[in-house]
Amino acid sequence: MSAETISIAVTGAGGAGVMTAGQMLLDAGAKAGWYGLMTRSSGPQIRGGEAAAFLRMSPGPVNCGDDKLHILFAFDWMNVERFAAELFLNSDTLVLCDSDAGEVPNVISSSGARVVALPLKKTVKEVEGGRINMIGLGVLGKLVGLPDEAVDAVISSALKKKGQEAIDFSKAGYKAGFDLAANVECDAALSACSTDGVERWGISGNEAAGLGGLKGGVRFVAAYPITPATEVLEWLAPNLEKVGGTLVQAEDELASIVQIIGGSFGGTPSMTATSGPGLALMMEAMGLAVASETPIVVVNVQRGGPSTGIPTKSEQSDLNIALHGLHGDAPHIVTAPNSIPDCLFTTQWSVFLAERLQTAAIVLSDQALGQSRVVCDKPADLAFIAKRDVVEANVENYERYSVTASGVSPMAIPGTPGGEYVADGLEHAPNARPSSAAEDHIEQLDKRDRKLTQFDYGNHWADIEGEGEMAVITWGSTTAPVREAIERAEAKGMKIRMISMRLLMPMQTEKFAEALKGVTKALVIEQTHSKQFFHYLKAYYDLPAEVKLFNRPGPLPMRPGEILEQIESWS
Amino acid sequence: MTSETAVVAPKARDYKSDYKPVWCPGCGDFSVLSSVTKAFAEIGTPKENCAVISGIGCSSRIPAYTSVYGFHGVHGRALPLATGLKVSRPELNVVATGGDGDGFSIGGNHFMHACRRNVDMVYVVMDNEVYGMTKGQASPTTAPDWDKSKLTPHGTGINPFQPLAIALAAGANFIARGFSGDPNGTAKLIADAMKHPGFSLVQILSPCVTFRPEQKDWKGMVRPAEIEATSDIGRAARRLMTDDGFNTGILYKGSRNVYRPALEESETVAEVEATFAL
Repeated sequence: MSAETISIAVTGAGGAGVMTAGQMLLDAGAKAGWYGLMTRSSGPQIRGGEAAAFLRMSPGPVNCGDDKLHILFAFDWMNVERFAAELFLNSDTLVLCDSDAGEVPNVISSSGARVVALPLKKTVKEVEGGRINMIGLGVLGKLVGLPDEAVDAVISSALKKKGQEAIDFSKAGYKAGFDLAANVECDAALSACSTDGVERWGISGNEAAGLGGLKGGVRFVAAYPITPATEVLEWLAPNLEKVGGTLVQAEDELASIVQIIGGSFGGTPSMTATSGPGLALMMEAMGLAVASETPIVVVNVQRGGPSTGIPTKSEQSDLNIALHGLHGDAPHIVTAPNSIPDCLFTTQWSVFLAERLQTAAIVLSDQALGQSRVVCDKPADLAFIAKRDVVEANVENYERYSVTASGVSPMAIPGTPGGEYVADGLEHAPNARPSSAAEDHIEQLDKRDRKLTQFDYGNHWADIEGEGEMAVITWGSTTAPVREAIERAEAKGMKIRMISMRLLMPMQTEKFAEALKGVTKALVIEQTHSKQFFHYLKAYYDLPAEVKLFNRPGPLPMRPGEILEQIESWS
Repeated sequence: MTSETAVVAPKARDYKSDYKPVWCPGCGDFSVLSSVTKAFAEIGTPKENCAVISGIGCSSRIPAYTSVYGFHGVHGRALPLATGLKVSRPELNVVATGGDGDGFSIGGNHFMHACRRNVDMVYVVMDNEVYGMTKGQASPTTAPDWDKSKLTPHGTGINPFQPLAIALAAGANFIARGFSGDPNGTAKLIADAMKHPGFSLVQILSPCVTFRPEQKDWKGMVRPAEIEATSDIGRAARRLMTDDGFNTGILYKGSRNVYRPALEESETVAEVEATFAL
């Protein structure tokens, strides 16, 4: 796969239309049958400033960035050094720039990359209504071999609202760029491709998480904006409304978490989304959801921390707070999507689990998953639809927190005669009345623990792939580069097993031991500074005698090549 | 009940549980509990469609003493919980309850925004100007020179919070003040609050006989407000900012926009997700 992929970075000043060009390239590629991935990077400015779109296109599915760059297209040199660490320039990279942009910055020229200057600004002036991003798109379209009809379709659809004139201008700009590239040598062209009639989707991880909630049955959401989780909520606001649900913008995260507890108490599957600082604020009420056995789902899109940290960059460092941040003995569910499309599966599954087990579920996504867009096959429909165990009207001697074998007690929904009870964060007797008696505390703690530990989570607790004496153990967004590293290792004749954990709490120790059968050494990959996942594995699971850790905090993403190096150097 | 049986008008006792309150003998909250259940009976909402939502504190214990659905949640956040419930289940009669510390200190931000949002529900605040459950500390409504708390031995020295004036400024649609010593009058206020659309605040002066014994004197200080309820925000502001805190009755009755999402399905999930197809 990797040999056939092509990686492109487009950079430029705010307003140059870098993101639009990147998006159109991705969409036109998708029409031509190519899978793709686009991530964005931008400066701290609210508006304007430098921006970069990183694309990777391939005949097969892609879920992470590569460790080489085929083409860097710099519309201008504005602050391009800001992106230097993410560019992976080498002597094979083709750098395209404007002939009038001035001296090539040292960070570019020192890489040995081949620089080709094109008269971009001049061409912009020559084309009526010309814009640099459309000229640039034309250049890239020629170099990667985009079919004209795919480009025409994408331009027409993207600019539909702006009218025919805008469409014509853009097409003319594209053509001018296409012609400019006629003599540029480039061997990065993609092979001809087709979707074979399979429906392809263009979706971001945050949208996928929102859709997962919706498909799981969520109909009430309370929201407080926070980077990089806001898009989950912004996608849900109009779409929940269409399916008869609603979203309330709350005054803060303390309110949004408690509002969804209220919505869920009323019988409506409820969810919110946040990131580290918001999750910290929600912790007290997460305990209330656990104690009162009110199902809720919190999608936490991790960013660099602690404190305000690096809001626009990814890290896996909320693992500890998600697992252990609740006060008291508070068993709950922690899940993690391990690819952009999996944000849909894992969120939908988490809604199902929270509802089925009447508890709080934290979905640990991250910025790398949430804010990246992917072209993927249409995800399969899942059977995980919220189904809460509720009590019928007028059941005699109904007790809300009855001590059952499964630990799950039928819940009475307001409006049900005979089910009236008071949900309580105070410890309670089975009849829901507050109790500080030792036997009630132990009985209810046991019950709340039992319902999670006895439940059969099936095979979804982890993705386990490949065979071999070496296992690579990871979770979340580092799974994609691990998968690709293993593919490359296998292409070299190595045998490696991958374990990517989707269910982090409750711990599946027996299944984990089963997954490690025949494994003698384990390489652990994670994106934290304090080795949170490594310590978690050591605390709760039996690991092979030989264990090695490769960890790094954000903001730089893990790449397949460096993971492959770890594998090879340890074989 | 068979269909031939005549429907009997509900009584206040139908809304009361047999659970014994934790309150001190003589606490004003006993009578507020009675007023809340009387109001439910007057409105006649079937008890399975009523919900009493509270935070933490003496008065927040009230849900368990009713026989309706309820939630005794976390400190300061009765209003967000009630908001989530009412917005997603608009047919329910939702009453949030609590004290002055719960509502105006730790819950102060939620109070302000609940007034703004103007969801159709009632907020009953039992105001005794003290934290009782933690054994007597100054609350946001405590006078600055009250020095009986070990936590503030010289008094707080800071101005008391003016809940009614703030509610008016923030956007509440109905503002009233009652006194626990007048359970029938207070029940009527709560019932009127339930009938009025939007967010209704009912502050009830409810003495703490244990930590604020001097509040026994409130009985002689409260008086029905001499002026009728106004819908004029300027007049309401003037009376709320100038009264001595002992005028009872409905003090403001507005017609501000009520927050009430439609909850109507216009598309299937399949139609929604089709927008991701390329």
